[in-house]
Amino acid sequence: MMIETRYTKDHEWVRLDGGIATIGITDYAAEQLGDVVFVELPKVGKAIEKGGEAAVVESVKAASEVYAPIAGEVVEVNSAIEGEPANVNAEPMGAGWFIKLKVKNAAEVGALMTEAQYRDYLKGL
Amino acid sequence: MAEPAAAEHLKRTPIYALNVELGGKIVPFAGYEMPVQFPQGILKEHLHTRAAAGLFDVSHMGQAFLRLENASGDVDTRHDAIAGLIETLVPGEIKGLKPGQIRYTLLLNDQGGIRDDLMVTRPADPKFAGTLFLVVNAGTKDADFAHIAAKLKGRARLDRLEDQALIALQGPKAAKVLERVLPGVAAMSFMTIAPFTWERAQLFVSRSGYTGEDGYEITLPGNIAVPFARVLLADNDVAPIGLGARDSLRLEAGLCLYGHDIDETTTPVEANLTWAIGKRRKMEKNFPAADIIMGQLFDGAKRLRVGVKPDGRAPAREGTEIVDANGAIVGRITSGGFGPSVNGPIAMGYVRPDLAKDGTPLGLVVRGQTLPARVAPMPFIPKRFHKP
Repeated sequence: MMIETRYTKDHEWVRLDGGIATIGITDYAAEQLGDVVFVELPKVGKAIEKGGEAAVVESVKAASEVYAPIAGEVVEVNSAIEGEPANVNAEPMGAGWFIKLKVKNAAEVGALMTEAQYRDYLKGL
Repeated sequence: MAEPAAAEHLKRTPIYALNVELGGKIVPFAGYEMPVQFPQGILKEHLHTRAAAGLFDVSHMGQAFLRLENASGDVDTRHDAIAGLIETLVPGEIKGLKPGQIRYTLLLNDQGGIRDDLMVTRPADPKFAGTLFLVVNAGTKDADFAHIAAKLKGRARLDRLEDQALIALQGPKAAKVLERVLPGVAAMSFMTIAPFTWERAQLFVSRSGYTGEDGYEITLPGNIAVPFARVLLADNDVAPIGLGARDSLRLEAGLCLYGHDIDETTTPVEANLTWAIGKRRKMEKNFPAADIIMGQLFDGAKRLRVGVKPDGRAPAREGTEIVDANGAIVGRITSGGFGPSVNGPIAMGYVRPDLAKDGTPLGLVVRGQTLPARVAPMPFIPKRFHKP
C-alpha cells in the first residue's frame, strides 16, 4: 500500500509509516522561504506537543519556526540538512525532510489535509 | 510583513513594470512597491553581483539639487557658499569637494543623532556652480528635504528630482558593461560624478555604490529608465538584483542601513562613522551638536558599533541581545543574517566600548540560548572599489 502524505495549513507535510511520521516542509514553503542557509533540529528523544516548535529554518532574509502538526517523540533527525541546508530547497518533499516522530495519536495525522485538499488550499492563497 | 491594506497608497518607481516583468517578488518598502528578489533568489543574486554585475532599481531614493538663491562670484566662490550652507547641517568636508567629487556624510539633529546618511556631490559642470546634488534614503526623504529646505530657507532652494530614476550597476564587471553603453565611464575615479548623454537624454553617472563593489549609480529621466535598463540587462554579465541581496551585500561590506544600524539616537562616534567628520570641521566645531560629538571623540562614547561574527552557523537577527561572559546584556544586534560570500552568519551591533576590540568574545541570545560570537573587523569581505 502506498504511504499517503498529509499536509498542514502551515505548509508542512507528514508521512505516517508504521507509527513513525516523517515531517518536512512543502515545495511551496521552500519556495516562499528562499535559499535555506541554516536549520536547527530538536534532539532525539524530545517529546513535542502538537503545535510545539519542531525546528527552526533560516533563509538569507529571515528565521521561521516549523511547528509540529502532531504530537510525538523525536526518534530521528535529518542531520544531513544541518550540514547542507540547501537540500531543503533542492528536495523539500524528499531528502530535505526534517524529523521523524513516534506518533502519539495516529488520528491527528488523519485529520490533516489530503494532497487534493492541500492543492485547493494553495489555490485559495 | 507590511499591511496589505496599505498597498493602495504605495508608490511605484519608473522601473516598476520591468521589475514585475522580470519576475520580481514585489513587497512594500519605504512607501514603494519594490522587488525583494528575482527568480534566481537572494543567494544567487548576491553572488552574481560579487562575480559579475548586478542591476538595482534604487529610484525610490531621494534625489535633489540644492541651489544658492542668490548666486554670485566665480565657480569656487559659489561652491563655497552652497557648501557652507549644507555644512551647517552635516559634519562632512563639503567645501573641499573638487568639481565632480562625491562625499558620504550625515544629516545630524541637535543632539548629535543621525537624521539620515546621504551622498553630497559637487557637480562637475561649471554651469552647476553653486549647486549640490543630494541623494538620501527613501524612508527619510520627505523629512530630510523638509528639514534642509526649512533650515536653509531664503538662502538655498531645494529642488527634488521627482521625474528622475536611479539605477545602480554594481560588481567587478560593471565598468566593462557600462563602458559599452556610455563610453568614458571606465576612466572615472571612485566617488566622482560625470554627465553623459544617451539617446539625447542627460544622464548623471556616479562611480559609487553601497555593495562593497566597484560600480555606478545612474541618475536618468524616468521615461527612459526602462529602455536603458534593458540595454544593460541584455549583457550576459548583468542580472536584476532585489532589495534582499542589496541588504546582504551592504551588510558584508560593513555599511550601515539607516533606521537599523543608525538613527536619531545614535551619534557618528557611537556608529563608528567618525571618518565621515571632516578634519577642518572638527577644528571649526560648527556642525550640529559639535560639542556633544567632539566630547565623545575625546572622552569616548557609551557604546560603539562593531562587526559581530557568530562562531557557529546560526544567524543572529536584528534585535538579538548581546551579552558578556557573565550573561549581562551589553548591547543589541542592529543588522544580522547570512553572508553568502562569507558563507556564514554575520552581524553588526552596539556594545560597551570596553568590549569593542576585534576578537572580544561575546554571547548572542538566539531563541533563549547564548551562542558564542566574536567582535570582528568590518568589512566582512575585502572591498574592491575602483582605484585608478
